[in-house]
Amino acid sequence: MTKVAVLLAAPGLFEQAAFGNAIVLGVLALAAVAGFYCAKNEIWRQALGEVFRRRKLSVLVLGIYVLLALADSISWVGGGEAGADAVQAHEARSLVDRWFEGTTEKSYSAPLGVAEFYDKTPLQRPRAHLLGTNILGQDVLYMTVKGARVALLIGGLTSLIAIPLALFFGLVAGYFGGRIDDIVFFVMSTLASMPGILLLIALIMVLGQSTFSVCMALGVTSWVSFCRLARGETMKLRELDYVAAARALGASHAAILWRHILPNLLHLVVISFVLLFSSLVLAEATLSWLGIGVRGSWGNMIAQAKDELSRDPIIWWNVTAAGVAVFVLLLCVNRIGDALRDVLDPRTLGEGR
Amino acid sequence: MLAYIVRRLAYGVLVVLGVLLFLFMLFFAITSPDDIARKSVGEKAPPRVIEQWKHVHGYDRPLWPGPDHMTDNLFVDHFRRMLTLDLGKSDADSVPIARRIREGAGPSLLLTVPMFALGLLLGIGVSLFVALFRESYIDRAGVLVSVLLMSIPMLLYIIFGQFLLSKVLRWFPLSGFDDDPVVVGRFLALPVLIAVASSLGSSVRFYRTVFVEEIYKDYVRTARAKGAGELHVLRDHVLRNALIPILTDVVMTIPFLFTGSLLLEAAFGIPGLGSMVVDAINANDFSTLRAMVFLGSLLFIVGQVLTDISYTIVDPRIRLE
Repeated sequence: MTKVAVLLAAPGLFEQAAFGNAIVLGVLALAAVAGFYCAKNEIWRQALGEVFRRRKLSVLVLGIYVLLALADSISWVGGGEAGADAVQAHEARSLVDRWFEGTTEKSYSAPLGVAEFYDKTPLQRPRAHLLGTNILGQDVLYMTVKGARVALLIGGLTSLIAIPLALFFGLVAGYFGGRIDDIVFFVMSTLASMPGILLLIALIMVLGQSTFSVCMALGVTSWVSFCRLARGETMKLRELDYVAAARALGASHAAILWRHILPNLLHLVVISFVLLFSSLVLAEATLSWLGIGVRGSWGNMIAQAKDELSRDPIIWWNVTAAGVAVFVLLLCVNRIGDALRDVLDPRTLGEGR
Repeated sequence: MLAYIVRRLAYGVLVVLGVLLFLFMLFFAITSPDDIARKSVGEKAPPRVIEQWKHVHGYDRPLWPGPDHMTDNLFVDHFRRMLTLDLGKSDADSVPIARRIREGAGPSLLLTVPMFALGLLLGIGVSLFVALFRESYIDRAGVLVSVLLMSIPMLLYIIFGQFLLSKVLRWFPLSGFDDDPVVVGRFLALPVLIAVASSLGSSVRFYRTVFVEEIYKDYVRTARAKGAGELHVLRDHVLRNALIPILTDVVMTIPFLFTGSLLLEAAFGIPGLGSMVVDAINANDFSTLRAMVFLGSLLFIVGQVLTDISYTIVDPRIRLE
């Protein structure tokens, strides 16, 4: 057990940029593959086309976020003006890192400022920081852009943990019923009875504080509701005639689950993923504020406002940039989620008629 | 009926035991007492210091039951103490956790109860209004504003609300708490306002769905066919029937009123249970966190069992399922 904890808490492997990059690129590749298969299927093509027609602007803005995350996930070692810093020379830097190469100042400076905010020492690059710089002198626009990758990493990694888990147990419990269902239902009611945020904090404190353990904790607390949905839907599908027909034709349980029940749950997977994503970004912001979030997230930038807004004169650009970034992303995701739900599943989840 | 109640109670007890088992795995098996000790006294502390810390905080016994220590181990001890509500002492400063919870519950409830009641009333009111104008511009605008409100993290509501309303406009005190009921109202006004604003979006959307779903049912058409006016239909038919799913949702949140609000309490300096948890995080106080998770689950499970039983008394159909 202790070994498991050490493995999970070990920051080495999971904190490396390559691991995060692999997750982000993997999620995007998965989305691309899913999109390819959807385009071949008439029903999905029509449904997604309808969502796109209804939410052109949201899809476009979301696309920009995804491109930024992608640009920050493609990284390699060397090149550029790396000679200045021996440590930096051995670190993989992404396209975004290279674009903002050498923009770091000494401390705070206002948007498009010419001098440091408090010291009044002239900046190395006056009027170059569109959104100013933060306490470490990092360009705020740069940090905000980098936040897109972190948000996608949190959402992607957590979904990769939570959704397969929920889908597997939901399918098995709903399809076989009996003892298996009893056990799965018991585990779900046990987890659901613990206050979400407290359970989240407890898990992170126990697993140690790293990107992976935050996602792990978010996964543990968020798979239950989707599992319950998948279980209920499977129970309904199990009773339908075509399942009985498949069984009469001699199809195995695995084949029925894979070929006849799972495809009928996929629309729920898509909707849950989108709804889950926005709740994860919100939860991460709360965790950041409590000091146990993910490094480099927008939540972290917002949390810095605790000091920055009580300074005199105040530092408003850091929190505003991150806040707007979160708000616009969540707005797009929520709008797309609503449209997806309307189009794909007006019945079981029918909100926003 | 009696058989159902007994079965439901037994299942509730089973879930409590499940929660305790989960907490034991989390706080004793995955993080060993050595880990907890090291987090408190420092990573590089000599073994003697760690042993002493474990002794002082009662972690210096075997983890699992064994041949020569069937009852004197942490596993049995964890279950026995939690089930008798003996929550033990804080890992950080050795204050009894039960006393701290008694002290913190009052301020937490002072914040969460008004916030809950006001949020519920406003949510139902606004969503009824929106449902009255369903499929019109008012409805669409209402849904859009709800989504806008939902997309802002509560953190931003707190940061900007506190900054704008207390610091710039000076309408409210910045933060603090007082035992005087009149003074405390001034301190609690802003956190309550912020909580209501941040939860309004999602609650309006949820209640609106419930109302609109109810409006399209046959009995509503019958009522209209009899010549009832729109307001009369909404108030006497739709609202009454929609209250069932809304109540189910509301009852689920009541137990969590006790555990307070972490963000609000910490931001506004309210000495409730939420602040206690924030302090516990900063001090690596595992025993307080453990006790809070257990207490929250216990309240939730008790609430759920009571709701289920009262449902069967009100609506006999449920028992048959």
